[in-house]
Amino acid sequence: MQKYSFLSLIKNAFSGHKGWEVAWKDPTPKKEYDVVIIGGGGHGLATAYYLAKEHKITNIAVIEKGWIGGGNVGRNTTIIRSNYMHDENGLFYEKGMDLWRSMSQDLNFNIMFSPRGIINLAHSDAQMNAYARRGNSMRLNGIDAVLLDREEVKKKVPVLDFSDNVRFPIFGALMQPSAGTARHDAVAWGYARQADSMGVDIIQHCEVTGFDISNGKMQGIKTSRGDIKTKKVGLCVAGSTSILAEMLNMTLPIETHLLQACVSEPIKPILDHVVTFGAGHFYCSQSDKGEMVMGGDLDGYNSYAQRGNLPTLQHVLTEGIAMFPFLSKLNMLRTWGGIMDMSMDGSPIIDKTHIAGLYLNCGWCYGGFKATPASGFTFAHTIAQDRVHELNSGFRLDRFSTGHLIDEKGLGTKTWIS
Amino acid sequence: MLYIKCPHCGLRSQNEFAYGGDASVKRPELNKEISDQEWDEFVYLRKSPRGKHLELWHHVSGCRQWIKVLRDTSTHEIFNTYKSEEKVG
Repeated sequence: MQKYSFLSLIKNAFSGHKGWEVAWKDPTPKKEYDVVIIGGGGHGLATAYYLAKEHKITNIAVIEKGWIGGGNVGRNTTIIRSNYMHDENGLFYEKGMDLWRSMSQDLNFNIMFSPRGIINLAHSDAQMNAYARRGNSMRLNGIDAVLLDREEVKKKVPVLDFSDNVRFPIFGALMQPSAGTARHDAVAWGYARQADSMGVDIIQHCEVTGFDISNGKMQGIKTSRGDIKTKKVGLCVAGSTSILAEMLNMTLPIETHLLQACVSEPIKPILDHVVTFGAGHFYCSQSDKGEMVMGGDLDGYNSYAQRGNLPTLQHVLTEGIAMFPFLSKLNMLRTWGGIMDMSMDGSPIIDKTHIAGLYLNCGWCYGGFKATPASGFTFAHTIAQDRVHELNSGFRLDRFSTGHLIDEKGLGTKTWIS
Repeated sequence: MLYIKCPHCGLRSQNEFAYGGDASVKRPELNKEISDQEWDEFVYLRKSPRGKHLELWHHVSGCRQWIKVLRDTSTHEIFNTYKSEEKVG
């Protein structure tokens, strides 16, 4: 594989940029693979990468219905954080933070990781107490957390509305300074390029149409480009999980919902951190291009549309304007939607299933992007070793029937209520 | 914007309604032994189909009645709406 560097850039500049190799190939599917990963998004590509790198399994196919980077990995708001209270989540996402920090070097691809810090605003004394508790839990797990008072927040984010005449005055905030953002497309491309160089076949425009299972064991899959034999299949298809589950006669504790995001026109640097509203659901950061990147609530009903409705956008941006009054003067550049696999307790599932050789990775709700490296790392372990890694041992599929929920936000079990 | 025809009030905008999830889910019978698996199915497990989906909506800013809506989850087309006790054939 060609190494990307400052020298290679100069060299190729002098030869008219004609010497660059393709980042990943376009192979035809083979008859048989050791492992097939369904879903060529961030999680699927990361899983293939860690299977090859950590477990030396390289006879792998990543099957993607669309194209690399066209799904949720290219539709999110690029936020990376590990500010969770429960051990199952905190330790898992903090492993992810370690992987994020070294990712540009590991992948030889600039993913533009920017640890600019996330600030969760608090709007009452009770919320400050809850954040103090969460911050303490985070620090016990080795995650950095700082409780900010109103004056400290004002210093860091002066553009917030600190006037007296607001419905939800800012009392303070919980900050994770090591959190941040990354270039989401680069994450997909970087993993795809490295996985390809280690022998993984990335097969785009190939839809899975069925499974071949006998005696409770995975034998292979049927696709729009022919049948493929394999003993191990990993599902990484986010919002499409329930569609594949139906082919497998499985009913899962997830529902597919629509989440929208939007960006404003680009403006000069004004916001140095990721900031979230504490009295609703709105988050905002400023991209390197200067656009304000915003998101918030689900549209609220089951949907596979990848295309949102205006009432939710209006609701979300009303919260945004309550936080940052200057947003009302900006033009909207783009809005878009993606389909989320909402689990019933808001936490993900990475586990084996009752079918031998079928592994499940789903339930990422609002936060799949930040989990990309940790998800790939632990899912690769689960597939290669046929047992869960200690970091994903809480993300069990059967935790709903056994009552071991991970209700991080106490939002209840109905996705449409939370 | 979705427009939902409430069987009691007529065509209204989505803003007047709250979503109530899959309408085909049945609560286990009262006064009998209920297994963990039955509770699991009722509380957590959902088919979440792509395509036709029968679902509950609450006309919360209108007549406050729960209604059933047959809607396509990929196109958002609404085929029909029913009163809560009405049989869906």
